[in-house]
Amino acid sequence: MNARLQRWRLVLGALMSHWRRRPLQLAMLLAGLMLATTLWSGVQAVNAEARASYAIAADRLGTGALPRIEPAGGARLTTADFVALRRAGWMVSPLVEGRLRAGAARVSVLGIDPVTRIGLAPGGPAGPGTEGDLGAFITPPGLGYAAPDTAATLAGADLGGLRIVIDEDAPANTLIVDVGIAQALLGMGDRLTALAASAGQPDGVPPLERVVPGLIRTDPQGGAADPAALTDSFHLNLTAFALLSFIVGLFITQSAVGLAFEQRRGVLRTLRALGATRGEALGLMAAELAVAALVAGAAGIVLGWAMAAALMPGVAATLSGLYGADVAGSLQFRPGWVLSGIGMALAGTALAGARGLAQTARMPLLAAGMAAPWAQATRRGLRLQAAGAVALVLALPLCLAWGGLVGGFAALACGLLAAALLLPVVLDAVLRLASRGARGVLTGWFVADTRQQLGGLSLALMALMLALAANIGVGTMVGSFRGTFTGWLDQRLSAELYVTARSEDEGRRIREWLGPRSDAILPIWNAEATLEGQPGRIYGVADDPTYRENWPLLAGAPGLWDSLAAGRAVLVNEQLSRRASLRIGDRIDLPGGAMPIAGVYSDYGNPSPQVMMGLDEFSRRFPDAPRLYQAVRVAPDRAGSLAAELADAFDLPAGAIVDQAQARRVSLQIFDRTFAVTAALNVLTLAVAGVALLTGLLTLASIRLPQLAPVWAAGIPRARLARLDLLRTLLLAAATGAYAVPVGLGLAWMLLAVVNVEAFGWRLPMQVSVPLLARLALAALLTALAAGALPALRLARITPGRLLRVFADER
Amino acid sequence: MNAVPDLRDVVASARGLEKTYRTPGGDVPVLRGVDLTIRRGESVAITGESGSGKSTLLHLVGGLDAADAGALNVLGVDLGTATDRERAALRRGGIGMIFQQFNLIPSLDVRANLAFQARLADRHDPGHAAALAEGLGLGALLDRYPEQLSGGQQQRVAIGRALAGNPPLVLADEPTGNLDEATGDAVADLMLALVRRQGSALVLVTHSPRLAALCDRQVHLRAGRLA
Amino acid sequence: MNARVIALLAALVALPLSAQERGFAGLGSDVAGFALPDRPRGLTFPADHGPHDDFRIEWWYLTANLRGADGRDYGVQWTLFRSALAPDGLFQGWAAPQVWMAHAAATSENGHHFAERFGRGGIGQAGVTAQPFAAWIDDWQMVATGPDGSPDRLRITARGADFGYDLAATAGGPLVANGENGFSIKGPQGQASHYYSQPFYDIAGVLTLSGAQVQVSGQAWLDREWSSQPLDRSQQGWDWMALHLDDGRKLMAAQVRGAQPFRFGSLIAADGSVQPLTHDDVELTPARGSPPTSWRVRVPSGSIDVTIGAVNPDSAMATSVPYWEGPVRIEGSSGGRGYLEMTGYPAR
Repeated sequence: MNARLQRWRLVLGALMSHWRRRPLQLAMLLAGLMLATTLWSGVQAVNAEARASYAIAADRLGTGALPRIEPAGGARLTTADFVALRRAGWMVSPLVEGRLRAGAARVSVLGIDPVTRIGLAPGGPAGPGTEGDLGAFITPPGLGYAAPDTAATLAGADLGGLRIVIDEDAPANTLIVDVGIAQALLGMGDRLTALAASAGQPDGVPPLERVVPGLIRTDPQGGAADPAALTDSFHLNLTAFALLSFIVGLFITQSAVGLAFEQRRGVLRTLRALGATRGEALGLMAAELAVAALVAGAAGIVLGWAMAAALMPGVAATLSGLYGADVAGSLQFRPGWVLSGIGMALAGTALAGARGLAQTARMPLLAAGMAAPWAQATRRGLRLQAAGAVALVLALPLCLAWGGLVGGFAALACGLLAAALLLPVVLDAVLRLASRGARGVLTGWFVADTRQQLGGLSLALMALMLALAANIGVGTMVGSFRGTFTGWLDQRLSAELYVTARSEDEGRRIREWLGPRSDAILPIWNAEATLEGQPGRIYGVADDPTYRENWPLLAGAPGLWDSLAAGRAVLVNEQLSRRASLRIGDRIDLPGGAMPIAGVYSDYGNPSPQVMMGLDEFSRRFPDAPRLYQAVRVAPDRAGSLAAELADAFDLPAGAIVDQAQARRVSLQIFDRTFAVTAALNVLTLAVAGVALLTGLLTLASIRLPQLAPVWAAGIPRARLARLDLLRTLLLAAATGAYAVPVGLGLAWMLLAVVNVEAFGWRLPMQVSVPLLARLALAALLTALAAGALPALRLARITPGRLLRVFADER
Repeated sequence: MNAVPDLRDVVASARGLEKTYRTPGGDVPVLRGVDLTIRRGESVAITGESGSGKSTLLHLVGGLDAADAGALNVLGVDLGTATDRERAALRRGGIGMIFQQFNLIPSLDVRANLAFQARLADRHDPGHAAALAEGLGLGALLDRYPEQLSGGQQQRVAIGRALAGNPPLVLADEPTGNLDEATGDAVADLMLALVRRQGSALVLVTHSPRLAALCDRQVHLRAGRLA
Repeated sequence: MNARVIALLAALVALPLSAQERGFAGLGSDVAGFALPDRPRGLTFPADHGPHDDFRIEWWYLTANLRGADGRDYGVQWTLFRSALAPDGLFQGWAAPQVWMAHAAATSENGHHFAERFGRGGIGQAGVTAQPFAAWIDDWQMVATGPDGSPDRLRITARGADFGYDLAATAGGPLVANGENGFSIKGPQGQASHYYSQPFYDIAGVLTLSGAQVQVSGQAWLDREWSSQPLDRSQQGWDWMALHLDDGRKLMAAQVRGAQPFRFGSLIAADGSVQPLTHDDVELTPARGSPPTSWRVRVPSGSIDVTIGAVNPDSAMATSVPYWEGPVRIEGSSGGRGYLEMTGYPAR
């Protein structure tokens, strides 16, 4: 046993000593794996964090995903009602909400009952964490949990002896206290604001109105809009990017591993001749790769963590803005994530090393010592690649027919891979044509030599092409999206102020107050409804020029605003029209009877279906819908002061009044942050492709001396050879870049016309940006320059002795 | 072979060895029934024209390749039935190999290359290794890497590597084929002297009549048979 | 957050169930202000049927062994725990420092259903009144139905996601004071509780399991206990059993496990007279498993040598404090049935 271990150590030592003499190759192998793992695990960390946050966020503030039970307008909800519901078997927990003036500060107070709270759903607002705390929390003067900022605001305020405890997780500007303490602080007596209810109630509980009449049950904002479901498309998007980067990273690994296997064929043969078994040789090489995978994977995980930490705040902002999902901006450590990262590194290495290991396994002990032409494009190889590309292109419509978001991404993957596989075929064909037209010995040699090198560089060029195409595609998609979105915002946010009341009564008083102070008040009331089988909303809107002039219609029947106001027709948003294949003139089933569709409007604010109808018709159909929300028209220069007066008059919380400029700014900010993440990934992918190119070039440099030596001997100086090499790299990059343009635009089209439609239900016009293309062309050349510089410099400085040795070697 | 050899004395025996290479141009029979016995301590030169199957025979004896037919027993191992693992063990512990291309491990220095096979067979003897290095005139070159050595020096390292484990059988395939005549002669003399001193049997494939003449016995391969 | 509160409530409300985490020594300061069990205090009814807010921990614990119209054995548990966060009784309404937890379970040979509820005292969501007797949390209740308002006649209801029951119980014998006139010693250092039982209930009603209803009848046992003192730090948990023997006698036997096991019990004659059992009067030998769902129980002074085995060995209560509680069958010197409770075993 000992002897065998010693043998393994020796053989492994002999194999690994190769790296000592070629540290750069080792660095490439590790870098490739590390980059691949970094991008993959970074994105996975972001995804995992976001998903974990959804679960927690589902119940944050007691208003998240839990249904609420509230008193109807003017009614009271008391502690006794809560007890009556509990004693009837209803799983509810009390909430007290209000605003508190404490000195100069105004904070939201949230009163909860931690004891009944936990029976409803996992997660929940912050609260007491220890036994002593629970006692102190519920008995006067009580404990209050607040975020550091809020706690600072409250310092010194008279809160009846309430002790403030800092809780990083507490919502902004909110003081969390026990229900009873909140009732006392807000002077509410035994009144409660609302009840949070368990999503599922036990079988056999009596109906709500039989226990306590006058209560309205509302499901959480957005109906059944589960953030996890909505954001799936976003995460799928990120994952697809990560996978693309991973593959590009694997290209690097594959070329480094392939070269290492190639260069060690002789050593392997000697080792076998000296008495190492085939199993030992294979096993030890696999072990060596596994060690490399572990080292690089670990490093990649650390870097991925750093990357995720850098991206997380942007992602969090995106998710909360785009989908209303509440996601922590910080990362938590998850062991499963580390394992998956290491697993990906190992799987990737196995993939990259499989060919080398298989060749080693098949390698006869006595095969001629000639190096296999792995780096040379064989005609057969090119034919195979072309065949593969054709097969993928044929699979593309199948993916599209399969449908759904996954089908869309699968189609994207097919298209991109096919384009990548075809790249060497196309370049080879171009070079063949060029060789016919080539004049002069040197040009002829240059073209022929380039063609020969194509095989060795094709993986790297494919990686570069994929990175460029992804950049073009995503850049075009984001640009088109932004252009459309900006225009849409202008149309959609046509009123100066948007005001949300906390109760119907307050809403009425706000409207009365605003009446003489504004040009128009446009109530926007809504009710939840199932629209063509999906949870959505129906809006009632006033008949006003604001809509007639600005509403972002995609299509409309003549006189649609009149028929809308008269309650004869409705508008639907684009997502609904696409998903249900509804066109103008079709009838849509609605609560209270079907109505014809008079128009379709674009709606980039949410992925759910929406219907708009006249306010009178809405009130007739939904007499109980809460009347809380309204738009206000006022001279733009008066909007700011009016908002301030309104907030003061009604003591409205922040967020209850949104002005147009603010809404527009926030929306665009959210938009830009959303795509900042993809932009960052784009740059990283391009960087990885650059490394892949560098690896490929270095690999070639080390094996093509025999081809350069005769040219040098024939009288071309080394520096010129080096310049030619750099020129070749740039030309190949330029050709790859040119090739990537149509591929990237195709990708953009797929994203806009297929993926977005599947993910959000809207289709955007494609806007090709020439500056973007120019910028990326430059990026491609710079990448090639950066990657080609080192090998060229090495060639320029190579000693004549090394070139001479080519002639001295018999082989 | 009429006389029955003393089996304890035999390091390798071949009976009716046949080997045919299958090429796209048709089958090429290389060995057509070779009988050969190598006794302990003797040196045997195999000569013959290019393509006569000399190297093939040597590779079969070394367990690097498998015969199509015939019986081959090397150091008590029946190579007709031996597994890859058993052949590897035989090469490791029983056979020293010297190649025309030297086949040193380029990433290891001379010292590590010299000791490599002996260590592989768990038979490393530092005293013996040092004596060998001295005897081969490599004492000053121990820290160098193969690419820093001349061909003659490289082949001396290869000889040292083959002998370091004291194998009962040394196989040498055109050991001087890559060397100029003077260097080749010196290396060959050194090799023979060391092999004899250790008492190993030597099977030597060579073109060189001079080298062949230095051996105890010569056999000539012609048309796949020994003459 | 959620986990924090659960752990917190668990530690609070199920004090004796997590004895290993809250040593007697550690409580020395905490216990200040709470009343302590008092040997000569005795029992006073009906007042002692109600809560003792000046004590830290208290429970109303009913277990029933039932036989269904289908001929199968069933078990039912209805338990209400009270825990005081502070001894001060001045606070009312939401501010009252009383927290309640309840467990309900229904066990058949091949199923074990349970549910857990939490509630605040002071607002009426959960509580107990002594006369007329009523104990409730949410829609679960155990209330007196007789004209005298005593616990001699009870209606017991509870329901969970996949089970429910509605049972009526009638006491066929007197209340039984455990230990020394209701003062029951729980450990070698003298930790104690006030402890009485009503082991003579005949019970009948309807059990609903996974939507199927079955008529059931059998025997039930009510335990009432209150204290402010938890177990010794070294004590890891306990094994407790209440057995209805076919000869008409009732046996309560328990041991608190620790460096030195501490055993105690009551042997109750059919007429209700009690023979208190101390450590050396009882032998409890676990058979196998963790927790062991089969035991040999010997009380030589009462000529009892029986083996008890779980009706359903999988009767774990995966509540915020996990434990094992389920019906058992009795064989040996006397047949019978009863209930077994085991706490403090490592989670499986």
